[in-house]
Amino acid sequence: MRKNNSVLLSTPYIVWMVVFTLIPLGVVGYYALTDPATGEFSLRNLRELGMYLPVLWQSVAYSLVSAFICLLLGYPVAYYIAHTSEVAQKFLYMLVMLPMCMSFLLRTLAWVGLLQDTGLINQLLGLVGIGPLRLIRTPGAVVLGMVYNYLPYMILPLYSTIVKIDGRLIEAAEDLGCNGLQVFSRVVLPLSAPGILSGITMVFVPAVSTFYISQKLGGTDTILIGDVIERQFKQGNNPNLGAALSLVLMLLVFVCTGIMNRFGEGGDSKGGVIV
Amino acid sequence: MKKANRILTALIFVFLYIPMAVLIIASFNTGKNLSHFDGFTLRQYVRLFQDDSLLRLLGNSLVLSVLASFIATVFGTVASVGIHSLNPRMRKLAMTLTDIPMTNPDIVTGISLSLLFVFVGSKMLGRRDSLTFWTLLIAHITFNLPYVILNVMPKLAQQDAALRDAAMDLGCTPLQSFFKVTLYEIMPGIVSGAIMAFTMSLDDFVISYFVSGMDFVPLPVEIYSYTKKPIAPKVYAMFTLLFLLIFLLMVTMNLMQLRSERKKVKGRAL
Amino acid sequence: MSKELIRLQDLTMEFEGERVLDAINLYFNDHEFLTLLGPSGCGKTTTLRIIGGFLTPTSGTVTFDGQIINDVPPYKRQINTVFQRYALFPHLDVYDNVAFGLKLQKLPKDEIDRRVTEMLETVSLRGYENRRIDNLSGGQQQRVAIARALVNRPKVLLLDEPLAALDLRLRKDMQNELKRIQQATGITFIYVTHDQEEALSMSDTVVVMDKGRIQQIGRPEDIYNEPKNAFVADFIGESNILDGVMLSDYKVRFFGRVFDCVDAGFAPNEPVDVVIRPEDIDIVESAQGHLTGTVTSITFKGLNYDIIVDFRGFKWLIQTTDFHGVGSTIGIRLNPEDIHIMHKSEYSGMFGDYSSYSAEYDELTEDAGDEEE
Repeated sequence: MRKNNSVLLSTPYIVWMVVFTLIPLGVVGYYALTDPATGEFSLRNLRELGMYLPVLWQSVAYSLVSAFICLLLGYPVAYYIAHTSEVAQKFLYMLVMLPMCMSFLLRTLAWVGLLQDTGLINQLLGLVGIGPLRLIRTPGAVVLGMVYNYLPYMILPLYSTIVKIDGRLIEAAEDLGCNGLQVFSRVVLPLSAPGILSGITMVFVPAVSTFYISQKLGGTDTILIGDVIERQFKQGNNPNLGAALSLVLMLLVFVCTGIMNRFGEGGDSKGGVIV
Repeated sequence: MKKANRILTALIFVFLYIPMAVLIIASFNTGKNLSHFDGFTLRQYVRLFQDDSLLRLLGNSLVLSVLASFIATVFGTVASVGIHSLNPRMRKLAMTLTDIPMTNPDIVTGISLSLLFVFVGSKMLGRRDSLTFWTLLIAHITFNLPYVILNVMPKLAQQDAALRDAAMDLGCTPLQSFFKVTLYEIMPGIVSGAIMAFTMSLDDFVISYFVSGMDFVPLPVEIYSYTKKPIAPKVYAMFTLLFLLIFLLMVTMNLMQLRSERKKVKGRAL
Repeated sequence: MSKELIRLQDLTMEFEGERVLDAINLYFNDHEFLTLLGPSGCGKTTTLRIIGGFLTPTSGTVTFDGQIINDVPPYKRQINTVFQRYALFPHLDVYDNVAFGLKLQKLPKDEIDRRVTEMLETVSLRGYENRRIDNLSGGQQQRVAIARALVNRPKVLLLDEPLAALDLRLRKDMQNELKRIQQATGITFIYVTHDQEEALSMSDTVVVMDKGRIQQIGRPEDIYNEPKNAFVADFIGESNILDGVMLSDYKVRFFGRVFDCVDAGFAPNEPVDVVIRPEDIDIVESAQGHLTGTVTSITFKGLNYDIIVDFRGFKWLIQTTDFHGVGSTIGIRLNPEDIHIMHKSEYSGMFGDYSSYSAEYDELTEDAGDEEE
């Protein structure tokens, strides 16, 4: 009975979110279905989408590869952090967080300085008589940029699930006859599945939609869907096509996270891991 | 095994920090090139403070993120209390709305908001400058709100309902019991939500890039335009100072947290 | 002598279609120590929360001092509560917890100070004013909770299983303490518990509840000696409950034999439940007994032995100070005042058979363990 008053407190929020998240998506839909020249209803933008399918698949491939590499690199780090002393955990956690707070534009730019033909890495290679190698403007550089930028998003959720695994479970597994590898594959890995899933989602979503990384580190053959969308808007090409492409990107992401959540069902809630 | 893990972890931290080291070293470089160290100088720091254009942009970003995160924190906390007392079906709906900006790629959020503002601004109100400081602020509040909600909601759920009852039992009206009891209980959630919202706001480039106008440019958007033309080395100086600031801030926060935890443990041992 | 303070009339509570309280009628007198006793889910806590104002009844009325208070919120009631897990405010120290209600009343600072100090004296916590709540033991937290409620000088104090989280010894101490505080302050205590011993030792009046209904109201002695039905007989203490037939006033037949008893007022040949308390049974040589049976198990309990005796397939619990080995044959004698007769009820046949004695005991201890977690 008396709760009714506080229920009203949620109304402004719901209205705000409808106005500034749902309705904007509706506007995107409106633009996607409008002819750029005449401003009338048209399916032209949707028809043009087919042209961009290869770019879309390329984006998905790059981000999946990056997410996978992030997992391979991030898991041992998260595991290591979760098994150090409490003070060390706090400090290392902070060190993982810190890059996330610094301008990712500048940090990506630093990679340009490292990778370019006269860059630091090639200078070092030159000292031992190799190269100069072509490092920048390659698919590898784009993947490197993604891994570098989004690795913390993998490590943090992994860490928070691994650190919660009850040490007694590991002892129980050993007691029941598991060797080190079996303990990992049969107990630790399954229990950290929620962290793995949310880590992959948190790397995949920003990676698949990035435009800055590919613009700075990639070449003409590594154009991603984010680049295309950005150009439609910022270089005045065709916002209506951009809107249609955004819808496709959004759909893709929602389908992917939906699949991830389906996988993760029965585990912890996803929100708990992300935050 | 453990040793290999340790080495790998160390290597990955090196990987994470090398680019930042490059930028920090560049801030002391007499030359302009990131990959050639020509000599040591503090000139960039002097320039940074002589020419206040960069500092003004930093100021812009700070004003924006403080304002947006503050509004989002108050608004989000109030909303959380409301959502918490909704019936399960409505609560699920509210949380789904909350999830949208969290799941959506930033570029889509940015574009959708910018299209909304342009649509309303130019088509409905007939304005030419439909993207302003206010649209930027609205966008930031919108993507900050979920961080507050997702941090505060679990604290509300964890809260001992009996404490609220006890406050009312002792004479608190529902409003008083919120300020005298509930607020203290959920404060950790509010604080971490506010911090997250603030850093997300300060750091945001993608969404700001699409919704900011000419009148108010936050730092990251300006940096993006720099990186298209040759970059001014004083930007590295600013990066270095910000790095130091954030590093010190995080260390102090960690130390304070450690100390308060120690105190608690000591208290329990009594 | 004492006037009526609270009356519950046809109080009914439903949660999502499930009836938790079924037309309760009950009144509480001023200065009384009344206990609502029953198993978990019996409706006792719901009743308490309605009196406290935390729940609004589905139907029926709560009257306080002659006025209906159904819709009066808790903060306007002259009633305070000691919550199950104390619900002390973790962000305040002992002093500020106790002063919480007084500060809300905007009393002058020196009066608050005086009353808080006085109250801490009453619960023997002087010197703990500036302690943090999480630095207190369970017993100390309990005292703070009581002080925090009583310092407001309520007309009624509600206590919701306040001792459930304490260990046995502390619980006994606090029982005496609570009784002393109640007598010293003269405030009406409404106490909720599932612990029958607690209820019997502290209360002026015990209300036994089950399934949202009141089973019996009475003084502790009456509840124990004159249980109204098989549920009460079983829930309060141990009872052997047998089928019998009331032949006429003061004559009851069970086990094929007619016994004298002290009960009257039943219809001729009315089927009844016969209650015999295990401690009332006298063991004699088998030749001299009204009944003879075989001992099937014996358990040492400290003060006495619990023995299970098989009488023609029906097992009784008997408490005795003498050892009787398993397999030995004993006789028993029953005096008229040891036999208590009850009308048949919905609970007849559900309790009072000790055929599965050991299993039942295990269950009981498990339940108790759960409650204390």
